[in-house]
Amino acid sequence: MRAVRPIAIAATAAAALTALSACTAKSDAKDGDAIQVTAADTKCDTSAKSVPAGQVTLKIENKGSRATEVEIVFPDDRIVSEKENIGPGTKYTLTAEVKAGSYEIACRPGMKGHGVRQKLDVTGSGASAKRNPALDAAVAGYRQYAQDQADETVPLAETFAKAVQAGDLAAAKKAYAPSRLGWERTEPVAESFGDIDPKVDTRADGLEDGQKWTGWHRLEKSLWQDKKIGAGDKKLAAELVTDLRDWQHRVGKAEITPTSMANGAKELLDEVATGKVTGEEDRYAHTDLVDFKGNVEGAQKAYELLKPVAAKNDSALTGELDKQFAALDKLLDKYRPAKDSYDFVSYDKVGKDQRKELSDAVNALAEPLSKLAAAVVK
Amino acid sequence: MTENERSGPSRRALIGWGGAGLALGAAAAGGGVALSDGGLGLASAAPDHAVPFHGTHQAGIATPVQDRLHFAAFDVKTEDRAEFVQLLKDWTAAARLMTAGKPVGEGAYGGLAEAPPDDTGEALGLSPSRLTLTVGFGPSLFERFGLADRRPAGLADLPKFPGDNLDAARTGGDLCVQACADDPQVAVHAIRNLARVGFGKVAVRWSQLGFGKTSSTTPDAQTPRNLMGFKDGTRNIAGTETARLDKHVWVSASDGDAKSAWMTGGSYLVARRIRMNIETWDRTSLQEQEDVFGRDKGEGAPVGKAKEHDAPFLKAMKPDAHVRLAHPDSNGGITILRRGYSFTDGTDGLGRLDAGLFFLAYQRDVREGFIPLQRRLSAHDALNEYIQHVGSAVFAVPPGVRDPHDWWGRTLFSKEA
Repeated sequence: MRAVRPIAIAATAAAALTALSACTAKSDAKDGDAIQVTAADTKCDTSAKSVPAGQVTLKIENKGSRATEVEIVFPDDRIVSEKENIGPGTKYTLTAEVKAGSYEIACRPGMKGHGVRQKLDVTGSGASAKRNPALDAAVAGYRQYAQDQADETVPLAETFAKAVQAGDLAAAKKAYAPSRLGWERTEPVAESFGDIDPKVDTRADGLEDGQKWTGWHRLEKSLWQDKKIGAGDKKLAAELVTDLRDWQHRVGKAEITPTSMANGAKELLDEVATGKVTGEEDRYAHTDLVDFKGNVEGAQKAYELLKPVAAKNDSALTGELDKQFAALDKLLDKYRPAKDSYDFVSYDKVGKDQRKELSDAVNALAEPLSKLAAAVVK
Repeated sequence: MTENERSGPSRRALIGWGGAGLALGAAAAGGGVALSDGGLGLASAAPDHAVPFHGTHQAGIATPVQDRLHFAAFDVKTEDRAEFVQLLKDWTAAARLMTAGKPVGEGAYGGLAEAPPDDTGEALGLSPSRLTLTVGFGPSLFERFGLADRRPAGLADLPKFPGDNLDAARTGGDLCVQACADDPQVAVHAIRNLARVGFGKVAVRWSQLGFGKTSSTTPDAQTPRNLMGFKDGTRNIAGTETARLDKHVWVSASDGDAKSAWMTGGSYLVARRIRMNIETWDRTSLQEQEDVFGRDKGEGAPVGKAKEHDAPFLKAMKPDAHVRLAHPDSNGGITILRRGYSFTDGTDGLGRLDAGLFFLAYQRDVREGFIPLQRRLSAHDALNEYIQHVGSAVFAVPPGVRDPHDWWGRTLFSKEA
């Protein structure tokens, strides 16, 4: 590991050389020239595959039958710039400041899915460091996962909110834990939206004096502790759905890097170690094990995506992680009726010795997981 | 220890765990680690506050008692013998570094920014503080890894003694590490880093912090007092009393059968968390306090004698006096080496001080040491009104790590040993 620093310096030097040679690379669009983007229901034609770095202009025309969205995206799917809701038959000019590097132009008919894509090389000085396509694929995969989780969560939250609004205590209780799963699976990404997280997932002890308490845990208290649904709760349920839609809308723009994925996986285990194992998370509903499982699944997803790279650099570490993920999964399975069920045992029924066993298993996984980021950047 | 004395091979030059064995050889040659003097480490302990790690016996038993303790009992979590053996090797490598005042692995800083450092860092800049790390194996360990027939008879289960009120959460353990040091931060750092190395293989079951050693293995120093304000164990075995150590503490090759020969040079450890009823003790008259112990409170002299180290006249004491009951002369010569510490874990929720004695005793055979002694004390000792045993564990403490290639437990786990 000590040798890494010099290697990193060498990599930077290599990137600088690349940047120099890139200066002479030929561009097929002249500086200031706009790229014509012709979007349709199944195609996304672009007039240039290469532009110089700096101000890039897309002249977009939607010739399809549905509204579309056009984006410039990094190879890891992070959005550089975008325009949503370009109606059929309409035009839009999108400009963005773009550094040298490899990008794609994505047209997303119906504003959904992966879209139709074209490569775009941005040439010139200030080239970004050499990219590892395997890591770009991992980040893109995780970005998609985060989006999927948000997409799946919104209808579940709506079911929960409808039950609250109907005053149906039993149905609301039943819908509570499932509505949280997607959020818990992607918590490090979800939490990166500093304005949404406090609104939806704050616990009583996270509040300042005078701060209005909203979100899941406020409703949890009404349902399990107060055992009644008031007018305020119905309003809160509606707000929760609104906030989660905001999350769903913005999650694709989250800043995700290979190391943030790796450390995010570890942070998910930290969440378990500090809040779930103690039963603090869902202190009224005692559905902590559902969140626990969600955190572990999310960590596992990030790990699986990074594993091809990490295994090359440190196969002993990935061997250990495989083993410890399996051990924790097996332990959690003891607390649910079937492997595909999320009806976990109520955490107030989980004894002190069992909590110790869970805590030990979390430590056994989290300690090697804390070394994943290093294995990814080696 | 000065900065100059700390020099020697830089740990930054090490290549992590894999390179530890190689690097340690260099460390010993460079003088960072004092050379073995047969396991006692008395003479060479002084200059840089480091106690030699290598020797016939583990340090932390007969070596001079330090001021502070962090003791931890662990449960084994792995089923894989090879993995457990690797842990013992990793622990040995880490213990070698830490007892020499060096950080674990690649250190606490300067590594990859994206990764947590190998060492937790809170002992940086502190002297080795005479840190000793002593490992022991509990009876339950011998139910694993096909070790059933290697359990020595001297590692006997303790019977239920009258008055015991043992808390399962403070009792037992597959293995233990006793960390003693003059600086509590150094002792805590050692256990914390071993626990970290061990995650996934072992898990901390319980641990105890101790301060104010209550006994000494250097008897020319004044006997320390316990939290009841009394001197106790003034006739403890000294680290220099080779004959008494051989007779009462170190396991001999002739003890037990061939299958327990791996314990030769080791010892058996009994750990008891003894809670004191501090408030009721403090309300007890001076006369009764002195009667209970069989000593005077000021000097620590036995009843009817003038000086602390005067030979006690047992018959002058009350029949239930602690010293009288515990004395070797009342117990057919039973002698144990005591290494206990006071503890205070705040208050107990009822406003009472949660405090007492964390009793640690080493002996050649638990059946001939602690068990008969505690049978007698638990039945008759006047002190019982003021104390309660709330935690208990017993461990086989294997012989010392001989050299930079040796590791804790090799004689038990290595088939060719």
